[in-house]
This record gives sequence, structure tokens and C-alpha cells, in this order.
Amino acid sequence: MQTVNGPGRSKEHEAPSRRRFLDYLLGTSAFATLGAIFYPIIRFIAPPQIVEAMQNSVVAAKLNELPPNSGKIFKFGNKPGILVRSASGELKAFSAVCTHLDCIVQYRPDTKQIWCACHNGQYNMNGQNVGGPPPRPLEEYAVNTRGDDVVVTRI
Amino acid sequence: MADQLNISVDCVATAKGPCYRRCAALILALFMCFFVHSSSASGQNKNSCVECHASLEGRFGDPARTIHDDVHLSRGLSCNDCHGGDPNVYDQFAAKDPRKGYLGRPRTADIPAFCGKCHNDASFMKKYNPSLRVDQEKEYLSSVHGQLLRTGNQKVATCISCHGVHGIRGVSDPLASVYPSNVAETCAKCHGKSDYMSDFKIPTDQYEKYKVSVHAKALYDRQDLSAPTCNDCHGNHGAAPPGIASVANVCGQCHVRQGELFQASPHKLVFDNLQYSECIKCHNNHDIAAPTDDLIGTGPNSICITCHSEGDKGFIAAREMRARLDELQAGIGRSIEILDRAERAGMEVSRPKFDLREATDALTHARVLIHTSSTAEVDKLAVPGLEVAAKTYQAGIGALAELSFRRKGLVVSLFFIIFLAGLVYLKIRQLESKNLVGEK
Amino acid sequence: MSLDQIRIWLDERLSLGSVSEIARKKEVPVHRHSIWYYFGGMTLFLFTVQVVTGILLLLYYRPSAENAFESVQFIMTEVKFGWLIRSIHSWSANLMIATLFIHMFSVFFMRAYNKPRELTWLSGVGLLFISIAFGFSGYLLPWNEVSFFATKVGTDIAGVVPVIGHSMLRFLRGGDEVTGATLTRFFGFHVAVLPALATVFIGVHVLLVQLHGMHVPRRYEHNHGYMKFFPNFFLRDLIGWILAIGVLAALAALFPWELGVKADPFAPAPAGIKPEWYFLFMFQTLKYIPARILGIEGEVLGILAFMLGGLVWVVIPFINREPEQRRRILIFNVFGVFVVLYIVVMTIVGYLA
Repeated sequence: MQTVNGPGRSKEHEAPSRRRFLDYLLGTSAFATLGAIFYPIIRFIAPPQIVEAMQNSVVAAKLNELPPNSGKIFKFGNKPGILVRSASGELKAFSAVCTHLDCIVQYRPDTKQIWCACHNGQYNMNGQNVGGPPPRPLEEYAVNTRGDDVVVTRI
Repeated sequence: MADQLNISVDCVATAKGPCYRRCAALILALFMCFFVHSSSASGQNKNSCVECHASLEGRFGDPARTIHDDVHLSRGLSCNDCHGGDPNVYDQFAAKDPRKGYLGRPRTADIPAFCGKCHNDASFMKKYNPSLRVDQEKEYLSSVHGQLLRTGNQKVATCISCHGVHGIRGVSDPLASVYPSNVAETCAKCHGKSDYMSDFKIPTDQYEKYKVSVHAKALYDRQDLSAPTCNDCHGNHGAAPPGIASVANVCGQCHVRQGELFQASPHKLVFDNLQYSECIKCHNNHDIAAPTDDLIGTGPNSICITCHSEGDKGFIAAREMRARLDELQAGIGRSIEILDRAERAGMEVSRPKFDLREATDALTHARVLIHTSSTAEVDKLAVPGLEVAAKTYQAGIGALAELSFRRKGLVVSLFFIIFLAGLVYLKIRQLESKNLVGEK
Repeated sequence: MSLDQIRIWLDERLSLGSVSEIARKKEVPVHRHSIWYYFGGMTLFLFTVQVVTGILLLLYYRPSAENAFESVQFIMTEVKFGWLIRSIHSWSANLMIATLFIHMFSVFFMRAYNKPRELTWLSGVGLLFISIAFGFSGYLLPWNEVSFFATKVGTDIAGVVPVIGHSMLRFLRGGDEVTGATLTRFFGFHVAVLPALATVFIGVHVLLVQLHGMHVPRRYEHNHGYMKFFPNFFLRDLIGWILAIGVLAALAALFPWELGVKADPFAPAPAGIKPEWYFLFMFQTLKYIPARILGIEGEVLGILAFMLGGLVWVVIPFINREPEQRRRILIFNVFGVFVVLYIVVMTIVGYLA
């Protein structure tokens, strides 16, 4: 014969305030815990800033950021890219990683070429290596405009 | 063909007379076309030179056999265009008649002029290849080979030593002896043989040394035809070692930046005065190895200490420049290590990794700038690079700190959870003090 | 609109009253070994945690070789609290298997599988295999180096089974090698096939438990108390579950689940590849079997031995016909202890090796 209650004494007479206090604490604690469980879940479900994992396309710049005959370096996934607006206004984008020893290239408005400062590598506006040590052309990307944004996509 | 010969076909149907004769002429002409066409396929109409010599053994027959690969033959030229004579007659003496211009085999000393007969003539060469130079003989005579030949030395190279004699292939033919990837072997045919070269007091290890160089690796392993071989530094026809004061110009054809920087540096004047051949003094000339950071500084493998010693300005500059490079490399290494650790743990560090590229750029660039021999110049790049490395390192620390912060946050929540569990326990106690448990 | 009015409205349409009657009447036996009763519910609770966190992860995970690793990286770095959901999912899987084992062995040693509970035992063993399949298929999904090679080794072992081994291997891998096809296939098993099976088996298992009530060991058949399920036992269950959440939070905090290095099918296997701990004892055993025994490959014999063991385990209720006979008790207890010790020792050895 076993029971699982305590030694006979009923606690009814002192119950009301203590009981209510315990219920109150229990209620608020449970509520807080449920909140602590649901809060992360709700934040999790809300889409984050960057919506996709693989970056196959990125907004490189705003249309009015680049005057003709200028260039800009932007982040494309883990690697740098270069966005160039030619003197005639055409937009082109390439990988900014020099094919010689991985330095970051830049656009030179005076020679109108893409240039690598490390060992004087030169690329023309088609990304082809035309001077200096680079053995291969720069990888080219597709450029499109979407409203005010210049969107660069891997080909 | 019918309209060319002005014959109307229906005239054949009627019988004899002028019409018949014209038809016959047409048929004969067609027949001749076949005949002429087939005989011209084997060279000019007839070529008694090739036909007779092909039946001979050994070195008398070789020319006839190798001529079929010759670039000259493919352009319609033949034996008599160089040697004179008459390839249409089959009598040995008639064919090799000096009155028909027969020159025979030229003497070694006469070979440059022999080839120059055509190759110097701009209007002649224009018919075959307008972009070919026409000053090879002139260049050759300015070369070491040319000058020695003029003094009567027969052991030197002439046109045929490098280009071959009867099976001469064009330069852009990969099987040509002067195709970029074959040039070194061609030069080594003489320059690599110590017994042949014993008269000339120059080393014969150039080819062996070149083969282990970084240029050879680019040319042979990576098939990079822009990599230099013998003729790119020494010249083709005007082959001569560059003068001591012009080495930097030669190397600087490709290594523009390094050449420029060196020539503006204090080393240029000093080296020229001391007769040190500029770039070669530190990098060697034939066995040029890929440079490492070890080359610069004051360590045991460095080049600087061959001239500089403890206390002099150069020694200090060398030590400082090397120290800067090492510092930058170490900083980059530390950043990579910590960022990798954070990334493996699942933290987002692509931005700092991207920014770190600037530091690796700076290191690559700084390594070029050591040719200025100026610590200040190297610092211009190294210092910003170090800043970037330090910043990215901090980003890595931050990422790991965020990881640790999350841990602490969770541990805090543990207390609340245990608190809640305790409250439930108290609730149970309270409920059961009212005797809610049944018995059996 | 009071709560009572809603209750009456629902009761008139769903017969809720009869359900709540049953619930109110439900009782749990109370004796020295009642504590083991908690583990079934704990396993179910952890399974629920898996379903919830699993569905959340599903919102962002991509099951292809090109995207899987990056999507998990995305969850860990870009999604708010993604690192927490992911760590909990990985840890809860392990905790669930652990409580499952405890539950299963407690049932075994208390001989609760006897009449009329044979079907409960069968559905339970089914759930054991389903859970292990969950673990194996889920392990590949992050597509990192460790999971790739663990899957390769695991499916290699499956291929060793005679006659059907090769077909099984091809079925599991979606080809001859572990590739993106394997990943997609495992994903399908993990989020569709296995949950469907699990729902059916859990449904049967829990219903049978309600039908038969809790088993009481012979010793306490005539001297035990009772506790109402609602609210007493349930509140105690709740404490356990709250503490389980605490344990999960602690594990996620102190031993967060790593992202690892993306799988490269062409790179050589890193040294010391081990499967997850619940496979380790089998893995370690196979390592110790000599290469050939009586002309048959050691591995094949090992696999067959384990399959035989599994079969014996399934039919235990039918073997143990007279369960309360002293000698029988001894034999089966010794057998059970041997199994437990073997698993524990081999797992430890596997880790130390």
C-alpha cells in the first residue's frame, strides 16, 4: 500500500495566498519560457537580409554612381569584381582577380585599360590580357540594369 | 572551257572543217591540262635534282628526302632557286652547269650571303611574306657568331646550324628547330658540348641551368610561349650577351616594374661601376629560380649579405625590408587562421576574408618594391597592408566572441529553465498535499 | 463566449466528453521502478522537438550537392537564431536515440513485452529501426567532409550483405558512388518517407499503450499505488521535458554543432573517420573481426551476425514463452546485460581508438 502524498496534514488552510502566488509564478514563468521558445522561432521564420546562400548575382552599384570612363570594385560572393563604364557609356563587369598572381586589378581612365599594379599586367575592355605577365583573360560577367540598380550575374 | 576557246558545241555535230579542228584542240587542251597538272604536283614540271639525288645513299640523298618538309618548297621554290642549275635536264653535267648559274654547295663562310641573296631583298620577300624582316644577314654580322665567322672561324653557327638546311620549317611550325620550345635545344647542340666549345672560353652549362629555371618551367610545363628562351634575351640573328649595363633593360622587357625600380635605385650606378651585371647578380642568368622571401634580408640564404655586412646602410635596409615582408606575411597568416576557425564553427566571415585580399595584394606588391632598396618605399605598401591584416584579425576575434556570447546567453537561460522546473515541482507538491493520489 | 460554452459546442460535435473521461480516468502504477515509465514519453517529446526544428530547417535547407553545405552555412550565419535551431536539431537527435535505448532496455529487463503487449514490442522495434534510419539519413544532409565519408563507409558496409548487398547499396546511394543523387534521396527519406512511417508506428505504439495500460513487474503486482495521469504524472513528465530543454540548451551552448568543411568527393578520406556513436559499436566490432573466417569474408559474417541479433531482438516476446520462470529470467537477464555491456564497451573503445 503506497501513497505518494506527504504526511497526512492538509495544507488547505494556508493554501489560498501561497497557492495563488505559486500559480502566479508558474503562469508567468511558463509564459516567459514559451516566449523564449517562440521568439527565436518567429525571428527564424522571418526572411533574413540576404535572401539566398549562393551569390550568383549581386547589385554592384547604383546607375548614377559610375560616370563614363570609370570603374568600381565590388564584392561578388567571396571574390572581388570590377564594374567598368567605358568612355562611350557601356557597362562591363569582370572578375577583379588578376590571372597572374591574384592581385586586385583597377580601371585606368588614362589608358582606358584594366590594369594590375603589382606587375603591370594590362587587360583590354574585353577582359583579354594584352600586356604584362597575366597568362589568361579576366572572367567576364553579365551586366543588367534593374531600375536604378546595376546587377552583375555570373555567366 | 568551251566559251574560252570560242567553240559552240552544236558545231561538233556537223562534219569536218575549222569546227572539227577546234574541237580537237579543245580535247587536246583538256588532255594537256591533266598532264601539266599532274607533273606540277611534284615540283616544277620536272625536277632532275630531286629525282637523281633521291636515288643516292647517305648525305648525298638526304637533301632530296628532307626537302619535302621545306617551307621554301611549299611556296613554289626549289633546289635551283638557291643552288642554281637546271632541274629540267637529266644529264648530271648539263644540270649542274655553272653557265646555268649552278653554285653548288656554298662554303661555310659564304652561307649568310647565300641565304641573304633572297632574304635581304625586300621586294622579293614581299611576294612571299610581307611581314618578314629582311635584315637578318646584317644582324648576323653584328653577332658574336658573325664576327667570329669573319675572322675565319668555321666552328661558329651560320644560318643552317639553327634553321636546318633542306627541311627548313617556318618559325611558327611546332616542329621547327627555331620554334620557341625548341630553341634552347637547338642552341645547346653546340653550346652544350664542352669538347666542341673548348676553343671558346665560355661555359657550356647554360642549357642544363636553363632547364631548371622558372622560365623553362613556364615554357615547357605550362606551354606558355611568352616565356623567354635563349633568343629572347640574347637576340636571334644578332646573338650576343647583353652588355653589363643593359641587363636590366633586357629583363625589363617583361619585368617592366622591377626593371624600372632597379634603374632608379642606388644599386644601378654601383653595379655598373663594379661591373656587376644588374639583375643577374642576384637572380642568376640561366638558372633563374622563382624568387622567395629568403633571397632578401640578412639571413643565411640571402643575396644581400654577399656584399653588405653588419652595420652598413644596405645591411640595415635589407634587414628592415625583410622584416616588413615577414611581418605582413605573419599578420596575414594569423588572420587567415582565426577566420578559418570562425568559419568552420559556422560564423559568417566572408566580408573580412574579402577585405584580407587587400593585404595579400599589398604583400605581392611590396615584394616587387624591394627592388628600390628603400625601406620607405616598401613601407608605403606594407603599412596599409598590416592595418588591413590587423583589422581582419579583430573581425575574427569578434566572430569568436559572438560565438562565446551566445554560449553564455544559453547558460543564462538554463537558470530560468531550472527555475521553471522547480516551480512545476512545487505545484506537484501542492496538488498532492490535497490527497489527489489514489490508493490500492 | 466563455471557455465552458466553447467546450460544450465542441463536445456536441466531436464527442470530446468521452475522450476527456478516458483521460481523467487514466492512471499510472507507482512502484520502485516507475521511473522507467518516463522514458517513452521523453523519447516522444524529443521526437516532437525534432519535427519542429526539422520543419524550421526545411524552410532554408537545399538538398543538392552544390547548395546543401552553403544553405546550412546560410542558416548558421544569416538566419536569425539559425545556429540555435540547427544545434538543437543535431543534439536532440542524439538525445532521442539515447532515451530510446534506455526505454527499450527498461522494457526488456522488466519483461513488459509479454502477452498482451507483443505488438507494442514489435512496433517499438520498428521505431528503433526507423529512428536509426533517421539518424543515418540526416547525418549526410549538411554535406560536409565528415558526413560524406561516414555515409560512404556506412553504405559500403550495407553493400557487403550477401546476395542483396549490391542492390541495397545502389538503392541507398542512388548509384554506385555517394553523390548529389545520394543526398537528394536521403533527403526524401528523411523528410517524407521516414516521418510517414514514424507517424504510423508511433500511432500504433501509443494507442496500444493506452489500450493495455502500463505493465507492472510481477514483484509489484500486488503492492503498488496509482497515480492519476492528469495532472500528476503529466506534471512530472513536464518537469522532465523542461529539464530536457535545459540539457539541449546547455549542449547547444557548450558544444555547438560545427559547420565543418564542405565535402569533396575526390579528396582522400581524412584519418579516423567514425560514424555517429550509435553505430560505433557495430563499426568497432567489424574492425576486430579477422579478414577471413573459414573462407568467408569477416565483414560478411559480422554483418550477418548483427542481422541475426536484430532478428532475435525482434522476436524476443515469442521466444520468451514462460517469462516468469526463474531460470528463464536469469538467462534473459544475462543476455540483456551482455548486450548492454557489449554496446557500452564497444562504443567506448570506438571513441578511444
